[in-house]
Amino acid sequence: MNFLRATFAVIAKDLAGELRSRELLSAMFVFALLVILIFNFALELDVKTRNTVTAGVLWVTFTFAGSLGLNRSLAIEKDRGCMDGLLLAPVDRSAIYFGKMFGNLVFMLLVEAIVLPIYSLLYNTDLFQIGFLGVVFLGSLGYVAVGTLLATMTVQTRTRDVLLPILLFPLTIPVLIASVKASMGFLQGLEIEAIRPWLNLLIVYDTVFIAVAFMVFDFVVEE
Amino acid sequence: MIVVRKLVKRFGLKSVLRGLDFTVQSGEFVAILGPNGAGKTTFLRILATLSKPSLGEVSIAGFALPAQAAAVRRRLGVVTHLPLLYGDLTAEENLRFYGRLYGLTALNQRIAEVLKLVGLYERRADLVRTFSRGMQQRLAIGRAVLHDPEVILFDEPHTGLDQDACSMLDNVLRQVAARGRTVVMTSHDLMRVSELASRFDVLSNGVIVASAQRAQLAPDQLLAFYRQAVQQNNPLNPSLEGEPQKEGNDLP
Repeated sequence: MNFLRATFAVIAKDLAGELRSRELLSAMFVFALLVILIFNFALELDVKTRNTVTAGVLWVTFTFAGSLGLNRSLAIEKDRGCMDGLLLAPVDRSAIYFGKMFGNLVFMLLVEAIVLPIYSLLYNTDLFQIGFLGVVFLGSLGYVAVGTLLATMTVQTRTRDVLLPILLFPLTIPVLIASVKASMGFLQGLEIEAIRPWLNLLIVYDTVFIAVAFMVFDFVVEE
Repeated sequence: MIVVRKLVKRFGLKSVLRGLDFTVQSGEFVAILGPNGAGKTTFLRILATLSKPSLGEVSIAGFALPAQAAAVRRRLGVVTHLPLLYGDLTAEENLRFYGRLYGLTALNQRIAEVLKLVGLYERRADLVRTFSRGMQQRLAIGRAVLHDPEVILFDEPHTGLDQDACSMLDNVLRQVAARGRTVVMTSHDLMRVSELASRFDVLSNGVIVASAQRAQLAPDQLLAFYRQAVQQNNPLNPSLEGEPQKEGNDLP
């Protein structure tokens, strides 16, 4: 009960702070929009190209915007010493991890919820399929699970803005490949049997990395 | 209330604390003085459960660290020179957040009490980022005492405050101490410490080198007591870099 209460307290605090400042969401959203527009000019997204590159373009956009949000989310805790305030509380420290992780997931899903309709309108592509949206959720979950853990580590360094992507992108390659392949499968209308291996990989990745983060977070926040 | 035996803290090959012994009785207000780099903040971080000892024994309220850190945290309030507050939340929201983490009941009533204690009840709905440094530090004390801890640790709470803000902070500190709480505070401001603390310990080179009750020292003897204690422990470095001031602001 204490665990859940602490987790929800951290999520509610992050949402309330962001609702007021809108620093994190607006930065992520503007960045995501710019990336989509740049890809449009770079790849000349005609109908034929669109079918093959949409999944890749969207996931590159989500991950770049996501890394911005992860950095900012943990920097808020570090810059005013608030991480110490969290660590002083008599709660399981993994509750703090889950609170931050779910908060980051909400921010990432909010940006995706805005970017997807815009992409859909701009490029006349139907992205609103249950299967595709499920992949977006699973991929984002895996990304923020690893990202929150790594951001907690890198935020303690002077080069945190550079260090997070350098550590995060190699570690999230499996989740990105699986997300792109599964997304592409749904968007191209492939049979579920063809997509299932990628979905399984996503589920296993999410489970393993959430479990790893749960086990090691206490050590990560030690000095 | 606090018992520390042969405490050693190493960072790599460098020992910051070197066999430190320290005892505080319940209800005491102990000021820890010492030059820059003496290990004051490291020592307080260990007491606060934010850092683990390399060697030695530490217990607070009968609970050993680091094994029973969660039980200690429940009984501990900590104020540092950083406020540990969220600028985009109001004073009330900040306290509500920490109250939830501590699992407090009757939270509305407790938040109102604490805000009145630190003189910020009228500003409870204002964002913390609009507060002056002194107001943030008073709210930080409110955060630290919200769960009514038995032990409160202050790590140089006057840092960066002007004279008026320091005076207001001192009033809050006196009220907290008057409630019979055990207080350990590090500070560079001898004049303020001399008015607040009941005991003075000097930390130098990672050990407590001298200790005196306030009743044993006249107010004008505190600086001489401090200087003598540090110089005896640093015979080759009598410059006392970072020594506390007799009054006023911190040294640069």
